[in-house]
Amino acid sequence: MAAVTIPEPTLRPAPGPAARLHWAVADGLTVTKRNLIAYSRTPALLVFAVIQPVMFVLLFRYVFGGAIKVDVPGGYVSYLTPGIIGQSAAFASFGTAVGLAREIQKGVVDRYRSMPMARSAVLVGRLVADTLRMIITVLVLLGVSVAVGFRFHSGAWQAVAMVALAVGFGVSICAVSAFIGFAIRDEESVASFGLIWLFPLTFVSAAFVPVQSMPSWLQVFADNQPVTIVIDEMRALALGGPLATHGWESAVCVLGTFAVFLPLAVRAYRRA
Amino acid sequence: MDEYYQGEVPGVSDAGIEVSGLAKAYGKVVALESVSFTVAAGTVCGLLGPNGSGKTTTVSILSTALRPDEGSARVCGFDVVADAAAVRSVVGLAGQFAAVDANLSGRENLALIGRLSRLGRRSARERAGELLEGFGLTEAADRLVRTYSGGMRRRLDVAAALAHRPPVLFMDEPTAGLDPESRFALWEILRQLVAGGTTVLLTTQYLEEADALADQVVIIDAGRVVEVGTPTALKARVGAVVFSLGFTDDDAAAQAAGVLAGAGHRPERDGTALRVRAAGGSAALVGVLRALEGSAPEPTSVGVREPSLDDVFLALTGKAPVTPAGRDERKRGAA
Repeated sequence: MAAVTIPEPTLRPAPGPAARLHWAVADGLTVTKRNLIAYSRTPALLVFAVIQPVMFVLLFRYVFGGAIKVDVPGGYVSYLTPGIIGQSAAFASFGTAVGLAREIQKGVVDRYRSMPMARSAVLVGRLVADTLRMIITVLVLLGVSVAVGFRFHSGAWQAVAMVALAVGFGVSICAVSAFIGFAIRDEESVASFGLIWLFPLTFVSAAFVPVQSMPSWLQVFADNQPVTIVIDEMRALALGGPLATHGWESAVCVLGTFAVFLPLAVRAYRRA
Repeated sequence: MDEYYQGEVPGVSDAGIEVSGLAKAYGKVVALESVSFTVAAGTVCGLLGPNGSGKTTTVSILSTALRPDEGSARVCGFDVVADAAAVRSVVGLAGQFAAVDANLSGRENLALIGRLSRLGRRSARERAGELLEGFGLTEAADRLVRTYSGGMRRRLDVAAALAHRPPVLFMDEPTAGLDPESRFALWEILRQLVAGGTTVLLTTQYLEEADALADQVVIIDAGRVVEVGTPTALKARVGAVVFSLGFTDDDAAAQAAGVLAGAGHRPERDGTALRVRAAGGSAALVGVLRALEGSAPEPTSVGVREPSLDDVFLALTGKAPVTPAGRDERKRGAA
């Protein structure tokens, strides 16, 4: 130990913005890949994550649907599909919160923080992997919905836009979940906190029933909350109709949620 | 496991650690009041203390995961706050939990950490192979970590901490929860690393572990340094062995304590039990028993053991180790 040179890594000059962005992307992708490999090795988890929303589709289509009167082309299955896809995209964020809390609890985050890697990678890698997983869930649901009678009544680009909006909405909810995961930090607590906050948001909305069927005091909330706004827009995209009504509002909802909760998640991560 | 990983240390002007007046509070819970110590390059320092004494907080600050409220610390000459990025490039951290991914194989885990430590794809792969061999995990290399035993996971975790060949290694209770065999295997790996020049800061609750590995022991309690010294010096103060004697009732124990005190020993009574710290050797035991013979009730049990952390605390502070809010466990909500 008589050597007098500084270890090689520290000889590098402080990286400039371009190099930092490069490493942020590279590290984010490395962690994404790790998460995707982990998902692929727990296929049971993936299957169960898809079965639940599929059950929702079948329940609402065949059990509740008959009793719910809607005025859209194609009947209740047309009404239901955008709603259930939006809800499932939001519910898919559960994995984000649990996964991040687990990484804190198991000391993975501590290790990463002691390493010369981009600090954003844990969050970026989780969000990208969960987005891909969510896209699969949404596409499977769409297939099941078509099998039980759903048809797009609009053009191809509107159909793609509906899926994109559902995924964008889901990712914004993932940002909220990331904040919850980092703030609570304990996997079991996060798991039991779960989707409690999403139930009122998704059910007290236009996702499954027309808002007009609710008591008027509840309509005030149901009509003006993000899930209704986003799902109304998805429905307009799927079934045809005036797109402009909720277009900019749903963009504001999705981007606004992201803009508020991503920084909160980053802050909670720094403190975790 | 015949071969162990031989630590290769890139040249560093001073791979030492300097900690000066560190303080950290979480809200109203004071984790560190004032902690100062230094670790010379290429040596092992054992940070010894009960749960909640501030061991993990100290390691978290040194590995740049936490910022201290007060005080400063340098690792290899780099300030942990001002030069945090440089510190990260020279330290490896093996935490209380084996922070490896159960759904990846051992090889994949190491390659991942290598990539994130800025090794190229090929070097990360080569390094992973090297570490797997060094840690006796080659055969299990391509199995998923969820099939590994606790000891194997811990070895993989230490291997991961060494991916970028850090000259300084932090180990937070590396052997907690391991069976004796795995513990000894990990000790052997650590010795090899230190022989290769790595500086190691090791936290532990076990005096035996600090004794086996450390050149210097820093005892902390409730966020303060209680004592610093070599294990030998420490044991000289505490006594190398502890005799524990059991009696039928309190009176018998008290009577025996009186007799032993009269014979020049320093017995500590706890109900029906007495413990006597001694420099060691069978002569001391014979001395104690001979002193009791005939002049005190017969002990119902006689035990000889290594001094425990409790004994050290009792000797140094005159009180049993306190466990305040227990930040060490609270941090991740696990025991």
